[in-house]
This record gives sequence, structure tokens and C-alpha cells, in this order.
Amino acid sequence: MTLPQKTPSAARMAVRTALILLIFVVAFTSLLAAAFLSTRTAIEAAAAEEKMKLIAEVLPRELYDNDLLNDHLPLPPSTALGTDEATTAYLARKAGQTSALVFEAVAPDGYSGKIRLLIAVAADGTLLGVRVTQHKETPGLGDYIDPRKDKNKEHPWIRQFDGLSLATVADREWRVRKDKGRFDSVAGATVTPRAVIKAVHKALHYVAENRQQLLHVKVASATHESPLPPRGGGVGGRGKRS
Amino acid sequence: MISREEFRQIGANGIWHQNTSLVQILGLCPLLAVTTNLVNGVMLSLATIVVMAIANVAVASLRNLIPHEIRIPVFILIVAALVTVVDLLFNAQLHELYLVLGIFIPLIVTNCIVLARVEAFANKNPPLQAAFDGVFMGVGMLWTLALLGGLRELIGGGTLLAGIDMVFPALQPLQLLPADYPGFLLAMLPPGAFILLGCLISWKNWLEARAAARRPKSQPPLLALGDGV
Repeated sequence: MTLPQKTPSAARMAVRTALILLIFVVAFTSLLAAAFLSTRTAIEAAAAEEKMKLIAEVLPRELYDNDLLNDHLPLPPSTALGTDEATTAYLARKAGQTSALVFEAVAPDGYSGKIRLLIAVAADGTLLGVRVTQHKETPGLGDYIDPRKDKNKEHPWIRQFDGLSLATVADREWRVRKDKGRFDSVAGATVTPRAVIKAVHKALHYVAENRQQLLHVKVASATHESPLPPRGGGVGGRGKRS
Repeated sequence: MISREEFRQIGANGIWHQNTSLVQILGLCPLLAVTTNLVNGVMLSLATIVVMAIANVAVASLRNLIPHEIRIPVFILIVAALVTVVDLLFNAQLHELYLVLGIFIPLIVTNCIVLARVEAFANKNPPLQAAFDGVFMGVGMLWTLALLGGLRELIGGGTLLAGIDMVFPALQPLQLLPADYPGFLLAMLPPGAFILLGCLISWKNWLEARAAARRPKSQPPLLALGDGV
């Protein structure tokens, strides 16, 4: 007697509960969508500004007079750069002459995951600067690779790369001092600098091997024959929220 | 509305009797990862206060509409959506602050304190009380994480307030121990956080045991785990 009466009520309960859940899902998804759409332009503008600020840290202003963010070259995914998706290299030009290249590299073997780097290399192969754009290294321990977290404010760790090149530093010296190389590191946190040094070293080799394609791009061909649309992927902010 | 006595009790619970880190022992994952210095601990707590107050108000306002059987999925939906919205709004409107606080906001999602307060308090109380509960639970977390972060930083590296210049560019971290202090790595690593947290918990228990011993005919000691957490 009770069973046939209970079955429809349980089913009705389930449908009712499912409907309520659906209403909540729709309501909060719309809230998310509204928040996303209303903040998107502001967030993109802030990301572009941040990108420019970051580039300014590795690239001296007097080296270029072009519109850097819109003068770029697509780089295919490359094991030498540690990238598994296409990235963008920005070309610094002075009076039409390519003076430097700013691009992204990834150190895949950080202590806790990938370390994303922004590297600026002058046309003669000298490192102008390196900055960490994204990492998950231990706060207070491995995060000194980011100069803002580095306790040594006068000579941040990452500035050791400035002015080095493959011509002046032999291949076996691209290591921390502990591994008989030339780079300092903080005791107890050597996995992080090892990963960064290796990535920078490999990136320099990549630039040396691809000099022709990277540095001798004519202004016209770079802007008009570029396979990617003018607003390609970015440096710095990219992948930050993933 | 809220009575003075009710307000006092919510405050005392959040800051001391039901302290999230020392009594409820909740949210240890971000706690251990983040409290390598004082500034990080305070920043995570501030972000948590904002999210927890909003989530508590949202759930308390909707509590009569949420069927009991599916309350947990609905809570998770509400908390996750609100955290994301707060994250986006921070990024768009207060970008400078976002650069400092931003990395802590996604961490709150992995934090069961928010879900615990929503389930234990906001689901049974009106919005105003729930808002205060969220804020005071966060304040309790704030002082605990600040203390833990400060101790770890001081023992681990001899400094205090490292990273303060990212929040207030005019301020500089303090070097409290001599500059040639070799550092004590264990304090910086998660095991050190566990050990120090254990010391803080025993300190709190000791204080309460002493207080209980002083007034012999008082009520039986409070049970460590409170309202159904």
C-alpha cells in the first residue's frame, strides 16, 4: 500500500531538488559570466600595461624606438625554450635596425613546477636582462629568483645574468657554484636557480642557432607577413590565471 | 538585529574559543604554504576575511531556499562563484592591490574554513550575524597566521616584515637578528610550520588549563570542537 504512494513522491522530490540545483547553477553561472564580461577590458588593459612594465625591466628604453608590443615575431613551440605552445618574440628596433629581442622561455624543472622567464638578448648575443614572470617556488626560500622577493636589494640574484653571453661564459660555467659553475645560489635552495640557469643557457643557444630568422627580419616583412594576427599571445601575463 | 551579547560571543568565538587555526585546525594547506613570513600570513587572512564575510552573507540570505539534501553542492557553488567574482573584481578595479593579494585569493578555494563556517553558522543564522561570524573567524585566523608567520620568519631568516615593501613601498623589512645569522631552514619548510603550530596550540591549551585551575568551581572546560565542525 505504502510503496506505490511513496514512489511518485520520491520522484517528485528528486525532480524538485534537481530543479532547485539547476536554478542555483544558472544563477551563479550568470553571475560569473557577468563579472567576467564586465571586467574583461579592464583586466586586459592592466595586463598589457604590466607586460610593458616587465619588458622595460629587461630592455633599456634607449635601445628601441618602435612600437614594441605590435612589432613581434611568432615563435613555434620549442624544446630549447621549454615552451609547449607558440609564444611571441618582441623585436626592439632602433632606426629600423633590430637591436634586441625579448622573448619568453620556460624552465620546466623548478622545485614546484614551471618557471616562466622573460629574456632580453641584444643583437650581438649579450643578455640584457632576465626576469621571472611566473613561478611556484617556495615562498621565502626559492622565490629569490624574483628580484622583488630577493632580500639582496642591491644585487638581486637574477641580475647575475646581465651582460653575459655564450662568447664570454663557457658552456660548463652555466651552473651554480655548488656544481662548479659561476652562479651564486642560496644554501638550501639550489634546485630553483639550477632550473633558471639551465633555461637561460638553452635560450641563448636557441637564439644563436636561429640568428638569421630572429634578428635579421626586415621591418616590413615582420609586420606584414607575420603568420599570427597582430595581437598574439603575450609575455608576462600569459597563463597567469590558469 | 544583533544584541550586544550575541556580538560579543561571535567575536570571542572567532578570535579565541573557536579559532580556525588553533581549535578547529582548519585550512592547514594554505596556512602551511603561505606563512613563511608575517606579511604573507596577514595578506592571506585579509583575503579570507573578505571572501568569508561575503560567502556567509550570501548563504545566510539564501538559507531558506536551499534544500537540506543538496546544501553542500550549493554551498560549494556559491563559494566558488563568489571567490572567482572577487578575484575578477579585484583584478579589474584594484589592480595594485591585486598584484599583492591576488595570488592568495585562489588559495582560499582550497580552504575548508569557508565551507565549514557556511555549513556550521551561516546556514542557521541571519545575514548580519553571519557577516560578523565571517569577519571574526578571519580576524582569529589573522592574528594566528601573523604570529606563526612572524615566528617562522624570525627563526628562519632573522627578519620581520619581509615583503612589506610590496604593500607599502616606503617601508623596509626589519633585520632583527644579526646580519650573519645563518638562518634555520626547518622553520621555513612545512614541517617547521607544523612544529610551530603545535607549540601555539599547546600554548593556548596551557593558558586555558591555567585559567580553569584558578577558578575551581567553574563550568567544565569547553570542548575543543564546537558547533558541529
